[in-house]
Amino acid sequence: MSIDLGSPALSGVPKTDVAQRPKDFKTDQEVRWCPGCGDYVILAAVQGFLPELGLRRENIVFVSGIGCSSRFPYYLDTYGMHSIHGRAPAIATGIATAREDLSVWVVTGDGDALSIGGNHLIHALRRNVNLTILLFNNRIYGLTKGQYSPTSEAGKVTKSTPMGSVDHPFNPVSLALGAEATFVARTIDSDRKHLTAVLAAAAAHRGTSLVEIYQNCPIFNDGAFDAIKDRDTKADAIIPLELGEPIRFGAPAEDGGGSRGLALDAQTGGVRVVDVAEVGVEALLVHDATRDDPTTAFAISRLTDAGYLRQSPIGIFRQVDRPTYDDQARAQLSTARTAAPGEQADRLGALIGGGDTWTVV
Amino acid sequence: MAKPVQQLDRVVIRFAGDSGDGMQLAGDQFTSETAVFGNDLSTLPNFPAEIRAPAGTLPGVSSFQLHFADHEITTPGDAPDVLVAMNPAALKANLPDLPVGRDIIVNTDEFGARNLAKVGYATNPLDGDSLDSWRVHKVPLTSMTIEALAGTGLGKKDAARARNMFALGLLSWMYHRPTDGTLRFLEKKFAKLPQVAAANIAAFRAGWNYGETTESFAVSYEVKPAPMRPGVYRNISGNLALSYGLIAASRQSGLPLFLGAYPITPASDILHELSKHKGFGVRTFQAEDEIAGIGAALGAAFGGALAVTTTSGPGIALKSETIGLAVSLELPLVICDIQRGGPSTGLPTKTEQTDLLQVMFGRNGEAPVPIVAPQSPGDCFDAAIEAARIALTYRTPVFLLSDGYLANGSEPWSIPDLDGLPELAPDFAVATDRPFLPYERDPATLARPWAIPGTAGLEHRIGGLEKADETGEISYDPANHDLMVRLRQSKVDRIAQSIPPLLVDDPSGAAGVLVLGWGSTHGVIDAACHRVRRRGVPVAQVHLRHLNPFPSDLGDLLHRYDRVVLPELNLGQLALLLRACYLVDVVSINQVNGMPFRAADLEEALWHVLQGAGT
Ligand code: SF4
Repeated sequence: MSIDLGSPALSGVPKTDVAQRPKDFKTDQEVRWCPGCGDYVILAAVQGFLPELGLRRENIVFVSGIGCSSRFPYYLDTYGMHSIHGRAPAIATGIATAREDLSVWVVTGDGDALSIGGNHLIHALRRNVNLTILLFNNRIYGLTKGQYSPTSEAGKVTKSTPMGSVDHPFNPVSLALGAEATFVARTIDSDRKHLTAVLAAAAAHRGTSLVEIYQNCPIFNDGAFDAIKDRDTKADAIIPLELGEPIRFGAPAEDGGGSRGLALDAQTGGVRVVDVAEVGVEALLVHDATRDDPTTAFAISRLTDAGYLRQSPIGIFRQVDRPTYDDQARAQLSTARTAAPGEQADRLGALIGGGDTWTVV
Repeated sequence: MAKPVQQLDRVVIRFAGDSGDGMQLAGDQFTSETAVFGNDLSTLPNFPAEIRAPAGTLPGVSSFQLHFADHEITTPGDAPDVLVAMNPAALKANLPDLPVGRDIIVNTDEFGARNLAKVGYATNPLDGDSLDSWRVHKVPLTSMTIEALAGTGLGKKDAARARNMFALGLLSWMYHRPTDGTLRFLEKKFAKLPQVAAANIAAFRAGWNYGETTESFAVSYEVKPAPMRPGVYRNISGNLALSYGLIAASRQSGLPLFLGAYPITPASDILHELSKHKGFGVRTFQAEDEIAGIGAALGAAFGGALAVTTTSGPGIALKSETIGLAVSLELPLVICDIQRGGPSTGLPTKTEQTDLLQVMFGRNGEAPVPIVAPQSPGDCFDAAIEAARIALTYRTPVFLLSDGYLANGSEPWSIPDLDGLPELAPDFAVATDRPFLPYERDPATLARPWAIPGTAGLEHRIGGLEKADETGEISYDPANHDLMVRLRQSKVDRIAQSIPPLLVDDPSGAAGVLVLGWGSTHGVIDAACHRVRRRGVPVAQVHLRHLNPFPSDLGDLLHRYDRVVLPELNLGQLALLLRACYLVDVVSINQVNGMPFRAADLEEALWHVLQGAGT
């Protein structure tokens, strides 16, 4: 994937004519995450990636909520707001709707976006506001010191669930697809290349992009993603989604591709994991994130383990065009303005002095 | 032979019917006619929270009261002189308010056995002598409307719907109202349904003609125009004036208006109104909830818009956390609270002043927010501009505290000259060669710079964590926190320096008692004070527009009088603040029944206090 600088998402945002370096996006603030936290890698990836966008720094805004991940804006030398728990998508919606010339990003976590802020998240997605949402999913509450989160596996033993949690978790990708999201992707903190490529595609998308980033919290949920990170297990755990390619994973087959793959399941209407040798490559599902119908994308998202993560599709699930809320709102504004000729002051006088009037002399 | 015409100086009319009877529309139209005629007027719509409560029942009764006069009036009137009752429920619900000897115009067609039973009338009150103390005009409104519309091609049911216009026509005849406006209004309202327009106009005319020909109405009445200050006038409701005030503030500041809101009674009309004005660059965002409404507004404020959120008490409760964030971010934001009856869902369509302490204190931490309260429907225009002025000048959220009575009530309004409105300069921060300090303060106002995205060199991060003085960086330092808490408070306190001196109304200059009020009670307090003075007792009156901070001269003023009396539509919320701030033994007069004070009740309550004060 390459970054298309003429991408529609950023068409209204002024470009810079000076070369930028990652260092230009660093602030003088001391980074306060725990040693080994996955957030460091994501921060470095974002700082490394922003210069490639070539936007004026002053036209980029990062908005966050509350939680470990939400400290992110303090470490990026752009405009930023560290807001309140769960509300970043709502605040970002206001910024994006008021200002076409800004590239607006939301940084959030599993608790922030899916628990207290669930409502704002789904409504931003259905409206398709021109935002890029980075959802750091560590499947735990970090900042409040280790309670289970809405993405924690059922049965998780934490301080608030000594006998194991009895909550069924959300699958963020399924949730986003169900909320009419036009761009949904999943990536991993430790895979900088993949992370950067997904960020680039998300930034280029006009509309709300949701990127779920698996992020390790070494303090309260260490090893949650080991199966998909470990050299020995990751081939079996990661189901890579690549546009236009048959979806294959697992130990290499004779042709070099994965020995297992995904195929449509006529019986359930979903997808299932098949043995490539058994069904043949032609029977495999070819990944197409641009398909307007989200059914298959949703079916693929269901292959994510709800319990301890041993299997998860990674990549872009959905990437479709739909008019954005803010563009349409602006279009209505300019239509109304064109339809209302004359000086603003005169029109205002006519408005407040309208209706049935009478004169007292 | 022409009927005799009797002169009156003032009249109170109440239209009452089922929610589906179109009483609000009839009332609004009568009001427009009356405004154009040049009477002074004041209105009180009163309707159930249910959109269509079961037809014909007491809870389904909707009414519209209008007071008009040939002199200045300030209240919608205590009791009707004329009650229009479209069905038994309307009669039963409103009769207790009607003084004996007054007129009842009743739609006899609706007094069938079923409708009578619905409201517990064992026998038809129109048959016995139970209404003998009033002048009852029995009019078969429905059947006459149907008759008048025979030949229009409308079925009986559709024709009957125009009976409110028949009633309006009759009342318009009775009080010599000009009718052109109503005819124009009906043509416009039903432009797409010419048959319906014609039917309504025919019903209106039939009502008028009926008045002229029937013997049931022997006289008609004339109320001469009221002398008013020269100017061009229109009739305006509080929510409309508030909406126009916000658009005017947008023009005065040169900032685009952004409204983030969630529908809620009685504030939704502001969202509806502003949504019509995209041609003025107004952006309206109907959010998924109250929290997102203010969140988006705060985001827009960060982006440099004139940001507004509108709601009522329950919505304020949900927005509190974001208001706290706005206090911490020190960004301009106008928060309109159109108060209604509480607690909880309470009385959505009724009026109260019970949110004062909520907006004053309803946040965690020391989180001072200025409060501005309009005093009449038309004053909502100026109050909105004042709220915007404070928000922009001091970089702070500001409450605009209106209520259901102001929101839906209306009065003649002298249309302001736009050139006379104050300039509101946003004064965005610009880059200099010094490092940018997001929390460096203006020495006069203590306001911090408003640096909007897109400004090179001013990139900065702000948030809800405590910030270091000047730099705005995260700081947990105890001394810094103490300083910041005091700075935020001092900034709000300084607003008092920009508030004009209070205007005390004490015609004789001899009053020992001061009657103080705030918000929508202005008109009725004014009326009650006039009545008390006419009874020979001097009394001074002052009304507060700024409730936080208080005007700097308020303390001295309160101590100048032997007694301070404070009528409020709550259990004494402002009284509590005044006692705390000024150690004044305020005498409260309280009413919390969802309705405005009645002038006579307030007069009596004041009289009682005045007697006790030995005046
Ligand atoms: S608690 Fe976990 S998520 Fe939070 S900073 Fe520490 S390691 Fe990172």
